[in-house]
Amino acid sequence: MKDEVTREERVDALGGMGCKRKRVEDARFTQGKGNYVDDLKLDGMLFGDFVRSPYAHARVKSVDSSAAMEVPGVLAVLTAADLEPLGLHWMPTLAGDKMMVLADGKVLYQGQEVAFVVATDRYAAADGIESVEVEYEELPVLVDPFEALQSDVVLREDLLGADGGTPDGAHGPRNHPNHIFTWEAGDKDATEQVIGAADVVAEEMVYYHRTHPCPLETCGCVASMDKVNGKLTLWGTFQAPHAIRTVVSLISGIEEHNIRVISPDIGGGFGNKVGAYPGYVCSVVASIVTGKPVKWIEDRMDNLMTTAFARDYWMQGKIAATKEGKITGLWCHTTADHGGFDACADPTKFPAGFMNICTGSYDIPTAYLAVDGVYTNKAPGGVAYRCSFRVTEAAYFIERMIEVLAIELGMDAAELRRINFIKAEQFPYQSALGWEYDSGDYHTAWGKAMAAVGYDDLRAEQAQRVADFKAGKTRKLLGIGLCHFTEIVGAGPVKNCDILGLGMFDSCEIRIHPTGSAIARLGTISQGQGHATTFAQILATEIGLPADSITIEEGDTDTAPYGLGTYGSRSTPVAGAATAMAGRKIRAKAQMIAAYLLEVHDGDVEFDVDRFVVKGAPERFKTMKEIAFASYNQAIPGLEPGLEAVSYYDPPNMTYPFGAYVCVMEIDVDTGEHEIRQFYALDDCGTRINPMIIEGQVHGGLTEALAIAMGQEIAYDEMGNVKTATLMDFFLPTAVETPHYTTDHTVTPSPHHPIGAKGVGESPNVGGVPAFSNAVHDAFRAFGLRQSHMPHDHWRIWKIANELGLHG
Amino acid sequence: MIPAAFEYHRPADLAGAIALLTEHGDDARVMAGGHSLIPMMKLRMAEVPHLIDLQDVTSLGGISVQGGQVRIGAMATQAELIDHAGLSNAAPILREAALQIADPQVRYMGTIGGNVANGDPGNDMPGLMQCLDASFELEGPGGARAVKARDFYEAAYMTEREDDEVLTAVSFAATSGGYAYEKQKRKIGDYATAAAAVLLTKEGGACASASVAMTNLSDVPVWSEAAGAALVGTAVDAAAIKASVAAMLGDIDPTEDNRGPVAFKRHVAGVILGRAIARAWSRA
Repeated sequence: MKDEVTREERVDALGGMGCKRKRVEDARFTQGKGNYVDDLKLDGMLFGDFVRSPYAHARVKSVDSSAAMEVPGVLAVLTAADLEPLGLHWMPTLAGDKMMVLADGKVLYQGQEVAFVVATDRYAAADGIESVEVEYEELPVLVDPFEALQSDVVLREDLLGADGGTPDGAHGPRNHPNHIFTWEAGDKDATEQVIGAADVVAEEMVYYHRTHPCPLETCGCVASMDKVNGKLTLWGTFQAPHAIRTVVSLISGIEEHNIRVISPDIGGGFGNKVGAYPGYVCSVVASIVTGKPVKWIEDRMDNLMTTAFARDYWMQGKIAATKEGKITGLWCHTTADHGGFDACADPTKFPAGFMNICTGSYDIPTAYLAVDGVYTNKAPGGVAYRCSFRVTEAAYFIERMIEVLAIELGMDAAELRRINFIKAEQFPYQSALGWEYDSGDYHTAWGKAMAAVGYDDLRAEQAQRVADFKAGKTRKLLGIGLCHFTEIVGAGPVKNCDILGLGMFDSCEIRIHPTGSAIARLGTISQGQGHATTFAQILATEIGLPADSITIEEGDTDTAPYGLGTYGSRSTPVAGAATAMAGRKIRAKAQMIAAYLLEVHDGDVEFDVDRFVVKGAPERFKTMKEIAFASYNQAIPGLEPGLEAVSYYDPPNMTYPFGAYVCVMEIDVDTGEHEIRQFYALDDCGTRINPMIIEGQVHGGLTEALAIAMGQEIAYDEMGNVKTATLMDFFLPTAVETPHYTTDHTVTPSPHHPIGAKGVGESPNVGGVPAFSNAVHDAFRAFGLRQSHMPHDHWRIWKIANELGLHG
Repeated sequence: MIPAAFEYHRPADLAGAIALLTEHGDDARVMAGGHSLIPMMKLRMAEVPHLIDLQDVTSLGGISVQGGQVRIGAMATQAELIDHAGLSNAAPILREAALQIADPQVRYMGTIGGNVANGDPGNDMPGLMQCLDASFELEGPGGARAVKARDFYEAAYMTEREDDEVLTAVSFAATSGGYAYEKQKRKIGDYATAAAAVLLTKEGGACASASVAMTNLSDVPVWSEAAGAALVGTAVDAAAIKASVAAMLGDIDPTEDNRGPVAFKRHVAGVILGRAIARAWSRA
């Protein structure tokens, strides 16, 4: 019987790496059987919600909760004064700053939490909120970071020194009370010399506007303090459950073994659910005070107005080149608007994230980057919205600067990229701003992309379109948006990557059951990425048991090994590596068991798909299923019973996925409307674990990129009011607005990753935004456009045309 | 996003609904599909101590097309308008417009009565009803009356309807000739940046009659008599369209919002109206 099964069939039966295995999660999600935090119902559970500030900057003169306490069902109203004795009225941020849990004398942004109303249900809580009377005294509002750095208005009086001066912050000297940090990379003097002596210098201000990850499920939690056994259980929408457990322990004083954090199913995170929010702290306190479980769930407006935003980088750039177009230097000064508190989610040593990947895919010998963080009257955050830390900002910056340089040089932008790419033989490549790119083959990817879209024909069509437009035959222009991006993901090596002192390794623990199935637990947590599908595929290939026989479990800190969670495309690069390494430990023990069972030396058997075979005698073998049973039930001299392994993986380097994208866009000059005729996306994420999931990730990431580039923003008026706090005004594309995407790939494995995988979930967002934006810019290049800030909604595109005199 | 407490009423007939309105005055509101009122209540922008759900009042449903007259019960949903073959023949512009309202899920709930009665300047049907010169039937404790759509709207959310009246039906004459409903919006589900309803007829190569209205460019729908008159007697050439657009631009009064500033909206209004006129003429 066994001999009739071919090796190929045995490989197929595993459902391992490289196959389009269907997502095992989808059965429950598509049938409404997911288990999200708001589905949780506990006996006696209370509901908490916030009184929020209507003002962007104001003193809080008084909070009167007496009327609220009369509302039926309202049990308590917590204010900063109530939290102060516990030391919980402020909490540390991930960026080394501190932030108010509840307004302590003043508010710094619209929607800031002022009081927490605890009630028997959410309806009573909402009525209670209406009845809390807060007396505010409005203060001058700063929404412009450049103005903030000049203003006499001090936003963070809590940070003033005793002498009224400005003491150093977590990231060094501050030069103004509203200044947070200056962070530098590269060689300033050398770069300025190169720029001073260059044939050609293109200079531009590139603004990447403030937006928001806007996961479909908003943030929330349920805190349950069991006063009998002293255990706190905290369910929540956490992208990093272990880190939350440690943070809760550090700020509450509850010992870590008495805290259990559980992330149930999460409806999208995109960076929004990495940090800690006042709702978590207040729910925990309310549960401790009342002895009952307390639930807090944001509504959509709360989520958009107050939880972590993304981007808001003003990037002033200079790029120098020879007359022939060889880039010689890059200079960038970024003004980063961080809002009222510095609550960016970046590794500690990187207050501007990995913005220093901004030399992109190009061999730029000399570069300098400086980033100034600034306080304003906006919500705190600055998270990596479907990207690694500040990588989408970096990619947008360099991909816009390349386009501007092409205009300056009068060159084709595709050719300019091609002649400046890092060459395949230059990897591993040391960038001028301090990174070691692991692997890449940009020329091959670019050539494939140009051929696939028929680039030269597109340019000829565009030239004809411009002629027709000038002749009055059409009112539509054609834009060809190019992007070649390089990501830096998989944070990261513990030697330089930590968050709040927690090293950014990750982990996997595997138990093989006697009958040849398995459970693996990881320190990460899926929010839609399909970990239960793909990590089982990695293991299937590594340990020779079918993916369908392997359960993947994440998100419960009482059972899962410690890890730093899922964001920044780190799950595959870090936890995926841990999974492979743990699998290899299983395999090493299995080899010894197989050799014993086959009565040969360990070195005389070799792994083959799903079994160990005697070298040179393939008919003599033991399947992994047989080995699993023997591992528990047969006394094997010198070996403990059982088949388990755990691996904590500290990556030696980041991974550097890349891609080549082309967007072809039609633009209606008169209305500002656009239509995407073609979008080609070539991604190289190294070894491909599940092509179907990769394609889904690319579709999702591109659609979020479309949203950001073409309309999505968190906009404020001059009074600091959020103008885009509902989905009417905050653009979330539907299927109708989403174009067809053509996906493609090359495979350049990471040399340092156990299976060569690099991560893909965020690449399409990083590469997509410049591709869409460059298409808009490119359509107007023939009429003199250099730079126009995103988002490119109808009126802003119309404004470009209007200012170029195209409306006659 | 949680409304204040309210009493929920579900009368079985129109008399019951009117009795509740009479009893509670402006503390009560009737609800048809609820797609405008419920969000306002959840945002606590509308306080409605007594909510009167009309879904059991079956007499408010139905669409009839008889003798060149169209009558649509207030509770007819947008989806029913789209699917009604007789209505599509009698007034194809209505189907074209309804297909541009929100998305299919909303159109299964949203009604024509709710759309026209709420007085929201963003709604599509009020402008279209003015273009069609429709009449709205109102019924209250004092009996029934009809108000012309062109006389119904006073300001945003302010209409001729008295607090104790229910808008029961809309009626208008079947159309002939060319038609177009043109709408620019940011995305599915959005209100119009600008939308235009155009009806016109053609005799001997010239425009014999024209009716032109626009949406979301003022605090009320804008039916521009002058914009229609500018087309009548012409061959609807570029000059005539330009004159009609100029007339309409004199009647609209857009305000800046997240869709864009006034100058942009005025420009787009002209472009959208020009396209609607050209398309209507091509069908005349």
